[in-house]
Amino acid sequence: MTDTIKHHLTDTLLTAYAAGNLPEAFNLMVATHLSLCDSCRAQAEALEAVGGCLLTDCGPQAMTGDALAATFARIEAGSPVTTPRKRTSAVLPQPLVDYVGGDVSTIRWKSIGMGVRQAILPTSSAASARLLFIPAGAAVPDHGHRGIELTMVLQGAFSDEVDRFARGDVEIADEGLDHMPVADPGEDCICLAVTDAPLRFNSWIPRLVQPFLRI
Amino acid sequence: LNGKSERTQADIDWSGHISRIIEAQDKAAFAELFAHFAPRVKSFLMRSGSNATLAEDCAQDVMATVWHKAHLYDPARATVATWIFTIARNRRIDALRKDRRPEPEDLPWGPEPEPPIADVMALQQETEMLRVAIRALPEAQRELIEQAYFGDLSHREIAAQTGLPLGTIKSRIRLALDRLRHAMK
Ligand SMILES: [Zn+2]
Ligand SMILES: [Zn+2]
Repeated sequence: MTDTIKHHLTDTLLTAYAAGNLPEAFNLMVATHLSLCDSCRAQAEALEAVGGCLLTDCGPQAMTGDALAATFARIEAGSPVTTPRKRTSAVLPQPLVDYVGGDVSTIRWKSIGMGVRQAILPTSSAASARLLFIPAGAAVPDHGHRGIELTMVLQGAFSDEVDRFARGDVEIADEGLDHMPVADPGEDCICLAVTDAPLRFNSWIPRLVQPFLRI
Repeated sequence: LNGKSERTQADIDWSGHISRIIEAQDKAAFAELFAHFAPRVKSFLMRSGSNATLAEDCAQDVMATVWHKAHLYDPARATVATWIFTIARNRRIDALRKDRRPEPEDLPWGPEPEPPIADVMALQQETEMLRVAIRALPEAQRELIEQAYFGDLSHREIAAQTGLPLGTIKSRIRLALDRLRHAMK
């Protein structure tokens, strides 16, 4: 799986993830990609080591006198149960299963026209995340971007002016890109898309309805 | 000055302490880990904008998590400092931002009961060399890195660059560490 991925996350994104400075929606994108991509996971873990080095050298702040005893009391109080995070869905990596509440069949899609459907995922408002369903052979209307938009393929594939993107591939779009992604014929395409700004559609009709759709 | 001379010493390998916690619920080993790491976690959280009281509370929480999750620590993938950093980072997201922090699913294998000693040594050494490289950076550059990790760099500052495809995950981490270290020069 992992070696078929051609389009990866950037070092900048992975650094912000390792440092814990991404908005929730972007965190979800990175966690989802890392679930499929050993190469980016290794890079992210190396960038976490930078954090470990800084922690070692950050200049200690004295703890209160009874801090150790208080911590042992917390330990005695018991630990939150941690469940192993293994894949339970063929299409959705586990971080997405957590947000959707199940497999693809549990996604509550809403039509956004031309057969394309989306489902907004509940994240903090700093950025938004949604699942996109593009029927086999169909296109997403031609559009530009106001901020950064990351789109990762979960099923099927799409092509646009940049390249072809298949399962695990991430397309990074910003203000400079105007594109019209078209799904491969043969299989419906499902993607995770995150953006830090609403999309700007080139046709005025989609723009009118944009606020209601929250994309 | 005292702090400075302490900081020039190599960081010791703390993974033996974690083994003693897993195997014998060794409270003395934990107390040593606590004495070293709790004040650093507190410092990290305060530099990230938390007040002393919250930082103290979160640092105790982070150290309790270290005890509870000790069996999940893999010394061939991360040093103890790196692992504790990730716990502190996640705690900071919970406490300061109140966001959910989605985590990647677990690798199909967990930590080996006895990872090859050579793998563990190589990871420790690579991380130590990375630390030396970071410390040797010009002040301004090191401050930038500290700001990226301690501060809250806006996501607006995320630029588009291409990721670098790098073999198994453990050797990849070491390769990436090596590459990072060279990039620090
Ligand atoms: Zn990748
Ligand atoms: Zn787009």
